[in-house]
Amino acid sequence: MTAGGAALRAEGLGKSFGGFRALSGVSAEFRAGLLTSVIGPNGAGKSTFFNLLTGAFPPSEGRILFGGRDITGLPQHRFARLGIAKSFQITAVFPRLSVAENVRVAAQALVSRLDFWSHRARLRGLEERSAALLARVGLSHRARRAAGELAHGEQRALEVAMALAADPALLLLDEPTAGMSPEETRGFMDLARALAGERTVVLVEHKMKLVMGISDRVLVLHHGELLAEGTPAEIRADERVRRVYLGQRA
Amino acid sequence: MSGTAAPTRARLPGLAPLAEWGMRHRVFGTWLALAALPLLLPSTALATSVVAYGLYALGFNLLFGWGGLLSFGHAALLGGGAYATGIAIAHYGAPWWAAIGVAPVAGAGVAFLMGVLAVRTRGIYFAMVTLALSQCAYHVAYQAVGWTGGENGLRGVNLREVALPFGMVLDGLDPRVRYGLVAVAAGLAVAAVSRVLDSPFGAALAALRENEARARACGYDVRAVRLLAFVLSGAVCGLAGGLLAIHLSVVPVETMHYATSGLAVMLAILGGMHSFFGPFAGAAAFLLLESAVARWTEHWPLVAGTVFMLCVLFFREGIWGTLVGWLRR
Ligand SMILES: Nc1ncnc2c1ncn2[C@@H]1O[C@H](COP(=O)(O)OP(=O)(O)OP(=O)(O)O)[C@@H](O)[C@H]1O
Ligand SMILES: [Mg+2]
Repeated sequence: MTAGGAALRAEGLGKSFGGFRALSGVSAEFRAGLLTSVIGPNGAGKSTFFNLLTGAFPPSEGRILFGGRDITGLPQHRFARLGIAKSFQITAVFPRLSVAENVRVAAQALVSRLDFWSHRARLRGLEERSAALLARVGLSHRARRAAGELAHGEQRALEVAMALAADPALLLLDEPTAGMSPEETRGFMDLARALAGERTVVLVEHKMKLVMGISDRVLVLHHGELLAEGTPAEIRADERVRRVYLGQRA
Repeated sequence: MSGTAAPTRARLPGLAPLAEWGMRHRVFGTWLALAALPLLLPSTALATSVVAYGLYALGFNLLFGWGGLLSFGHAALLGGGAYATGIAIAHYGAPWWAAIGVAPVAGAGVAFLMGVLAVRTRGIYFAMVTLALSQCAYHVAYQAVGWTGGENGLRGVNLREVALPFGMVLDGLDPRVRYGLVAVAAGLAVAAVSRVLDSPFGAALAALRENEARARACGYDVRAVRLLAFVLSGAVCGLAGGLLAIHLSVVPVETMHYATSGLAVMLAILGGMHSFFGPFAGAAAFLLLESAVARWTEHWPLVAGTVFMLCVLFFREGIWGTLVGWLRR
């Protein structure tokens, strides 16, 4: 995929919960090879948008196109197999499995799911892949621990390794730094920036400051609608965005 | 036990390696237990019951302990296999290998029919749907008198001879021959279950148990994994039912009763749902206690209930799980 083409496109996406419209008419484009951040205050609809883009639930209206193909309404596991990976806002790992197995089984989902007769150790390359990814997110020394025993920040890093396990073309992260220490956050933002060099990254973040330095594009959601879109500089200069983020200068 | 890396602490010399060995060679260890069982228990019949119910609990635990799904309908799977074998022998005079062979197929078939509906739900709803479906199966068995004998049970499940290659024929009415047959079939099934747990599917099943949303986000089709787990569990429990039919020479309609579903839950928890051998140990403890207690009181269910409660309260990992935990400490 060449940088600049649309990896993922949302067309008029909307979602209602009962009578409540959490998101309405959002059209946006996530260009390949770029890091796009989705920001907005609490309850703006960021997670809802994120969940629609990752297939967690179908939209009430609109379409989702991935590499030009309409994937609206596909079951979530199909999204994953197409190369769309995500990390959750609330940490989700396999707590009683070892850290290494967490990543290994995430990688396995792409190559073998229902084979109940061969030995899993015979799947080539998965253990190596798991080890390499753990090294990348700085968790090698924890590989043999149960994932549930890790500190919060470490679990977040593990989540990213799991999301990367399938070598996705598109990586979506929902507030990956929530609960991380400032130091961990900085390290993480470096990682996110590095990842954007190899694949399309979408970062959902509540704190505007964090993403401005590393994003190529920024989308601003407010009350379930797309308020503004542009480069970090354009967003910083936008009067409406300033009003929404009153007191939280970037 | 799953991929949990237990921190190393001071160990009892001698016994910890034994526990480690048992965990690493769970199939061989189970085979040794199967070979020793008739020597340890007061009667061969009791040993045969332990193996059949142990296999039932093991098959149930594939779904429960390893897959994290609580089914209250496994009686239908055990019963499906029991009736298949029973009908094959009583109505068609099938040879031993065919009679045993149809049991897992029937169990898997019933499981597929139940599973297609049940895997759409989870938690308490899964338990309720499986319970309701197994009650339907009970009703069918109760009504189909021509096939199942209805409330009188299916009688005449007499396996008179066990013909082996090279013209060897064993007496099917000899309890020791039956034990051998049941133990060999169960031993093979145990090896198969162990293999399933080690497979890529086994890893997916564990992942699903640990965090369904994450497993789905990884690309696992939750319903497909669950359905396959249910069907495989059904095959094992169906085989257990077939072995039970041969052992008892009769298939009582109570095999399909929901109390039999509850028994699987009880055996797995009693023995330890997080260990491979736990369900077998649960069956052995339960049946041994039953045969001992039944000698001096008719209130066995009361005793069983009390033991089960104590176990749940004080041995969260069940008899076997707790024992292994102690040895490895
Ligand atoms: N499943 C649901 N049912 C009903 N309402 C929901 C549901 N999910 C979200 N909402 C509502 O939709 C709105 C947007 O929620 P969303 O989680 O998308 O916000 P957010 O931008 O991610 O906020 P935060 O920064 O707190 O994570 C909120 O008002 C929320 O209460
Ligand atoms: Mg959110």
